[in-house]
Amino acid sequence: MSAITRSEVEHLARLARIDMSDEELDRLAGQLGAVLDAVAQVSAVATDDVPATSHPVPLTNVTRPDVVRPGLSAEEALAMAPAAEDGRFRVPQILEEDA
Amino acid sequence: MSAAPQELDLVDYDEAVAQFDPVLGLEVHVELSTVTKMFSGAPTEFGAAPNTQVDPVSLGLPGALPVLNAKALESAVRIGLALNCRIADRCRFARKNYFYPDMPKNFQTSQYDEPIAFDGHLDVEVPASEDGTKPAFTYRVEIERAHMEEDTGKSLHVGGSTGRIHGAEYSLVDYNRAGIPLIEIVTKPLTGTGDRAPDVARAYVATLRDLLRALDVSDVKMEQGSLRCDVNLSLRPSPEAPLGTRSETKNVNSLRSVERAVRYEVRRHAALLRAGERVVQETRHWHEDTGLTTSGREKSDAEDYRYFPEPDLVPVEPDPAWVEQLRATLPEPPAQRRRRLQGEWGFSDAEMRDVGNAGAVDLVEATVAAGAPAAAARKWWTGELARRANADGTDLASLPVTPEQVAQLQSLVDAGTLTDRLAREALEGVLAGEGSPAEVVESRGLAVVSDESALVAAVDAAIAANPGVVEKIRGGKAQAAGALIGAVMKEMRGKADAARVRELVVERVGA
Amino acid sequence: MSVAELVRWDAARLSEALRARVVSSEEVVRAHLDRIAAVDPAEGGGVNAFLHVAADSALARAREVDADRARGAELGPLAGVPVGVKDVLTTRGMPTTCGSRMLEGWVPPYDATVVRELHAAGLVVLGKTNMDEFAMGSTTEHSAFGPTRNPWDPTRIPGGSGGGSAAALAAFEAPLTIGSDTGGSIRQPAAVTGTVGVKPTYGGVSRYGLVALASSLDQAGPCARTVLDTALLHAVIAGHDPYDSTSIPEAVPDVVGAARRGADGDLTGVRVGVVTELSGEGYEPGVLARFGEALEELRAAGAEVVELSLPNLVHALAAYYLILPSEASSNLAKYDGMRYGLRVTPEGSGVTAEQVMRATRAAGFGDEAKRRIILGTYALSAGYYDAYYGSAQKVRTLVQRDFAAAFGQVDVLVSPTAPTVAYRLGEKLDDPLAMYAGDVATIPANLAGIPGMSLPAGLSDGLPVGLQLLAPQQADDRLYRVGAAVEARLVQRWGAPLLEQVPEWKGVPA
Repeated sequence: MSAITRSEVEHLARLARIDMSDEELDRLAGQLGAVLDAVAQVSAVATDDVPATSHPVPLTNVTRPDVVRPGLSAEEALAMAPAAEDGRFRVPQILEEDA
Repeated sequence: MSAAPQELDLVDYDEAVAQFDPVLGLEVHVELSTVTKMFSGAPTEFGAAPNTQVDPVSLGLPGALPVLNAKALESAVRIGLALNCRIADRCRFARKNYFYPDMPKNFQTSQYDEPIAFDGHLDVEVPASEDGTKPAFTYRVEIERAHMEEDTGKSLHVGGSTGRIHGAEYSLVDYNRAGIPLIEIVTKPLTGTGDRAPDVARAYVATLRDLLRALDVSDVKMEQGSLRCDVNLSLRPSPEAPLGTRSETKNVNSLRSVERAVRYEVRRHAALLRAGERVVQETRHWHEDTGLTTSGREKSDAEDYRYFPEPDLVPVEPDPAWVEQLRATLPEPPAQRRRRLQGEWGFSDAEMRDVGNAGAVDLVEATVAAGAPAAAARKWWTGELARRANADGTDLASLPVTPEQVAQLQSLVDAGTLTDRLAREALEGVLAGEGSPAEVVESRGLAVVSDESALVAAVDAAIAANPGVVEKIRGGKAQAAGALIGAVMKEMRGKADAARVRELVVERVGA
Repeated sequence: MSVAELVRWDAARLSEALRARVVSSEEVVRAHLDRIAAVDPAEGGGVNAFLHVAADSALARAREVDADRARGAELGPLAGVPVGVKDVLTTRGMPTTCGSRMLEGWVPPYDATVVRELHAAGLVVLGKTNMDEFAMGSTTEHSAFGPTRNPWDPTRIPGGSGGGSAAALAAFEAPLTIGSDTGGSIRQPAAVTGTVGVKPTYGGVSRYGLVALASSLDQAGPCARTVLDTALLHAVIAGHDPYDSTSIPEAVPDVVGAARRGADGDLTGVRVGVVTELSGEGYEPGVLARFGEALEELRAAGAEVVELSLPNLVHALAAYYLILPSEASSNLAKYDGMRYGLRVTPEGSGVTAEQVMRATRAAGFGDEAKRRIILGTYALSAGYYDAYYGSAQKVRTLVQRDFAAAFGQVDVLVSPTAPTVAYRLGEKLDDPLAMYAGDVATIPANLAGIPGMSLPAGLSDGLPVGLQLLAPQQADDRLYRVGAAVEARLVQRWGAPLLEQVPEWKGVPA
């Protein structure tokens, strides 16, 4: 049931921002198909009456007071940046504006 | 990309709304005025040097974890309550996954199908049109949801045309804004506005702004981006027809722009529909300078945010007792308050609108509370002070004068200590930081001369120096007294009560 | 006592000797640094348990602790004892790579809460231990910096993802290490190296500064050569942390007390459940034989041993391999070459941020990481969410219910930790499903958020077998009591701790 096509893997790789060679796409399509076959059983046991568990320990309402905590200086923030300029992170041109 | 009609191609607005029924949707992002970020203790000060308001969480460093700001949660609940929303018994945060350089984790922590507040409404007073041809009315804006999320960083585009993304060679990113708490307030589709769609949109954002200000949860400064508006618009052939395809215009950041953007999109959609073209579902950008929208990113089906519950934050279950406590302490809704104050102050609709437009309701209220008559308070704030704020490019609340000082100034006028002209001079001094009105009057020597004998002497001197004028007055030309009064006022350097001087002149001339 | 002998002492013994000032922390630390230099370097055919050795800062810290002790300062029980930290925890001023090219050379500007706790308790951090890239793997072969070797047999895997932390213990390079366990990454390496490892209750140890693989499954925990040492380290790193929303606010159970109590070997009145689904088919005979002996010892200790079925555990592996990749695909999105770490810029002009992200992620992630990111992207995408991620979260509920029912009848559950002993390096490299199947016994605890321990159960063909103990959430102390009792009895049965049998390291055969 879980045949996954090469073009699907290509789409996923684009969503995940990973360049992949044709050879990689083919290999992954095969491996993912096998993995998906192996895990597909979950939908059979996950009936409507079973609630989903997103958090293993049932904590709620964890907040912190609105008080400043010591953070990082601009030097610390930028120390590991691949490129920086004028106290900012320098990144290549951005094509599309977004939300 | 679709054929973007040029401005020339637009349909006349009145024709457009005569032919089509507009449907609005408004998404407002409000930056909360918390001291720290939504999920970490990094400060949120506006205008700080780049990347100085950051910590491992707001930079999305490996290993960092979010913890919800209690004040932001409280603000979200208060906003929800003020918008007559239901507050969720339980809700979770979700990750909205997409890549963008100004988003440090490449996902935004937001709320998806479990918003903190939902199903509310806000009644909006839409004013009559300027020319009076379209009446005032009340419109109920149905609120879909209000949810919590975090802001992104800010990119500065370098190279190409300055500051614009297109043609830029590279970008510089500042993460100070990343993680600042946002509340996104989304309306349901707003129908039935007809030709008043732009007015409804503007009135809604203005009312929402006043409400948020009254709640004291945000600076609501549209020009600084602490209140940002996205305008969704579609047209349909008739109110019975299904909803048309909508455009989403981003970056509409003033009340006037909200109105203009709606108007523009109505005309553009109408042009497309009339030409038999398809309206593209897309993001559009509003350009304040040209008053145009331009096509941005087409909403492609490839966009897949892969929302899932945020495992690093635990569910929120607001205690009903706490919610009721917050509800009990909500401020009076701005529209209701405005009606109450208008009644108390005895202002006409036009006067009240002036006060509202000047953003002076709170200031007038405080000035009245400090003892000034309402009419006088209104005149100060919408007159002299509004002119001054305008000249300085600031807002009334930022002027260096308090409502108490304005009330003191007025009480000096009412006591006859200051004339209107002297009062304005005293106000100059207060604004210049010379102290309280009384101190300025003292230091600048502005008080009206109330020493009767000095006035009498000056009047007598003027009579003696102007026998010709005296003759005319005695001959029945009462208006000639003006020359004597002028001479006295000149002698007194303006610091006399002109009415009293007139009385003395008449008395001493013996006419 | 020769200084070289110090490396074979356990932490409890070192602690006593340090407190009695028989040895100095500097001597202890130097002995371990010497041992690391002798057996670890990968280029010399070594174990390759350490990715970074912080010799200078460790010695400096050791001298500080010695000075504090000389001044009569109040010091914790493990003050001056060296510890290795899995390279998945952030360390200020020390590289943190997560075994990935993506973070090669990245020096975090902050310490993980666990690391801060180690420093505060006076432990001396020797360096950072090797791991599968971003903790994805069961062999440590998926480290970008070469595999770690199993000290019992250098041609075999040391388990994973925390193979470095486990091998460092078995090779006497450190008496204590920190691991992290998302699906067994502490317990399975412990099993195949003959050491002890505990995955605490989810939320029992802070995740702040633990670089996330799958946030709802990850848990840092203690690794050592004895149950008591593990408890001593557990007590240092556990506790509430306001920087982690999922951190449990309640007090940590008395794990050290439980370990001391269990050492008397008496488990009278303790009810032990053998999980039907986690023994039998798919488990090597040698593994089952050692497991059977451990059960004998439990009965001999006075425990009541019953067999229990947890029927939904058969779906745990499937649910896990949907939840983990889903969360990982999101957690690993931040590695994009914009702010830190690797940046790869493709050739040509007009290169965009998106192109750099794609090239960086293509070059920075290894195959296993890519495989899981793509799988997770798929499982979360529109149209598949309900069938995959949503269903997996429901299975999680079923697994939790099974455990709740089981713990209504017994105090702890037991199983072999892994179905096999350490296999050969490279054996399952191209068969991800076979590798994933090895996690079948450890994964359920992560899904349910319950604590689990692996401790040595003996050898099969000269290779270690692990016994896994599971307890209810926040009952980590039960693991230590039962674990210490089993350990005491098995050591008596063997005549010496299992690690006495580990061969002297002779390097990787040519």
